[in-house]
Amino acid sequence: MRAAVSLALLVALLVVLPHSAAWFHAWQPDVSHPLYSRHSFFALTLSHVGLVVAATSIAVAVGLGLGIVATRPAGRSLLPTVRAVAVIGQTVPPVAVLAIAVPLLGFGAAPTLLALALYGVLPVLGQTMVGLDQVPKPVLHAADGMGYGRWRRLLDVELPLAAGPIMTGVRLSAIVSVGTATIGSAVGATTLGSPIVEGLVGNNTAYVVQGSLLVGALALTIDAALAAVERWIRRGQS
Amino acid sequence: MIEFDHVHKRFGQQVVIDDLSLRIESGEFFVLVGPSGSGKSTLLRTVNRLVPVDAGQVRIDGEDVATRDAETLRRGIGYAIQSVGLFPHRTVAENIATVPRLLHWPPHEIRARTAELLSLLHLDEPGMGSRYPHTLSGGQQQRVGVARALAARPRIVLMDEPFGALDPLTRESLQASLKAIQRDTGTTILFVTHDMDEAFGLGDRVGLMLDGGLVQVGSPLDLLHAPADDRVRDFVGGTRARLRELAVRTVGDNMRRGEQADGDPVDADASLQDALGAMLSQGRDRLPVQMHGERVGAIVLADLVSRRA
Repeated sequence: MRAAVSLALLVALLVVLPHSAAWFHAWQPDVSHPLYSRHSFFALTLSHVGLVVAATSIAVAVGLGLGIVATRPAGRSLLPTVRAVAVIGQTVPPVAVLAIAVPLLGFGAAPTLLALALYGVLPVLGQTMVGLDQVPKPVLHAADGMGYGRWRRLLDVELPLAAGPIMTGVRLSAIVSVGTATIGSAVGATTLGSPIVEGLVGNNTAYVVQGSLLVGALALTIDAALAAVERWIRRGQS
Repeated sequence: MIEFDHVHKRFGQQVVIDDLSLRIESGEFFVLVGPSGSGKSTLLRTVNRLVPVDAGQVRIDGEDVATRDAETLRRGIGYAIQSVGLFPHRTVAENIATVPRLLHWPPHEIRARTAELLSLLHLDEPGMGSRYPHTLSGGQQQRVGVARALAARPRIVLMDEPFGALDPLTRESLQASLKAIQRDTGTTILFVTHDMDEAFGLGDRVGLMLDGGLVQVGSPLDLLHAPADDRVRDFVGGTRARLRELAVRTVGDNMRRGEQADGDPVDADASLQDALGAMLSQGRDRLPVQMHGERVGAIVLADLVSRRA
């Protein structure tokens, strides 16, 4: 429901904004170009979503993999370290990660992707460990007793039971990425942050409003959609 | 047939199983009974290798379990535990089908077997198969746990205090179900409990375990009549052992054949405890005994008090 409303809002903005030059001109009469036009809003949104999807996919692959390794018997000794890194990493603001990525990869989409992926790993990793840790011990004991192999047990029992918390991590990761990708346009990535940054630099409040409205609607949509997925995954479990 | 051959197990410094040997015959219902920490659960788990032994051998039909592939071995042995451990993300039917699925049974056979088990364990109310475990009562969950252990028709079933967390009525009903299933299928059951009444009610033979060793192995009556030492005597209940004995012995074995009595008859299959209860409630010291609806003799209070089988 919430997902449908947010999506409708986003689509409405994408349809209406390109035709809103007159309104923004009325509001800011001394600005010569009241409507951002370097890229279409649709192209900006696509590029923004693409960056978020790519970064979140990398984050899920790495975070899930590390979380699984850290909770296996062989990797148990790593668990406290991994957990500490995950917690400390979470306290570093995403902008700082972005700032560190630029000297490594130059300007453009690449440093933004790296920053988003790196930062996005942490919630997925943390939630994977939480989820796998809270699978009831009797369930694991019974699975062993009935002859599940280690991988089979992971795939058939542990991951399905940890899916709820893991999905929470994926959602957090995606939401942080939506916000951070906006800042990514400051280092040259083409995102919905581009009108915002250009508006701030060129003293054009109209651009800032246009970018912000779209980013807000996109964040709401992605959060609501992933929350719906999460509820579906947690269904049937008390 | 399960053989324990000089089995040793220690956890750290603590000796949990101390040079234990025991032979359980095929088709036998064997109960290991003992206080917490006596090593009975650990011994049970050496059979399906959830616990590896430090020294000695555990053999099934002559074959050392340590030489078998652990997963194949476990899929061939039923396993039920007190905490049940049903998979919360799977329906009742899917839980029961766990081992058949691991063994790649064809789907129609799995469906047929699941339906059979649901009715065998009195889980046959409509829609039960598609319910999730958290919607079931404790007794129903444990019935599903037992059904899951029996699903692939294992010749051996290990049960670790499966009824320990249930209320007395539910427990008795499940014990009766299990005993009947075991008699019909000839499954070898190794059952662990700390409850002496449960042990005597279920076991063909009972092994009393203390501090990692078997103190006495025998039929319930052996343990009651000839406790090996004071520890066994204490555990089987001291003077209350005679009351337990009433629960183990049947009316049919202790009646006076052909004699008459007044009052409501008791069944020859009933326990002496039931007969005593009937005498108390009817206010009589002798009652008629019936078998298949026919009067066959009488049971007499004086015999309950004095006789030793």
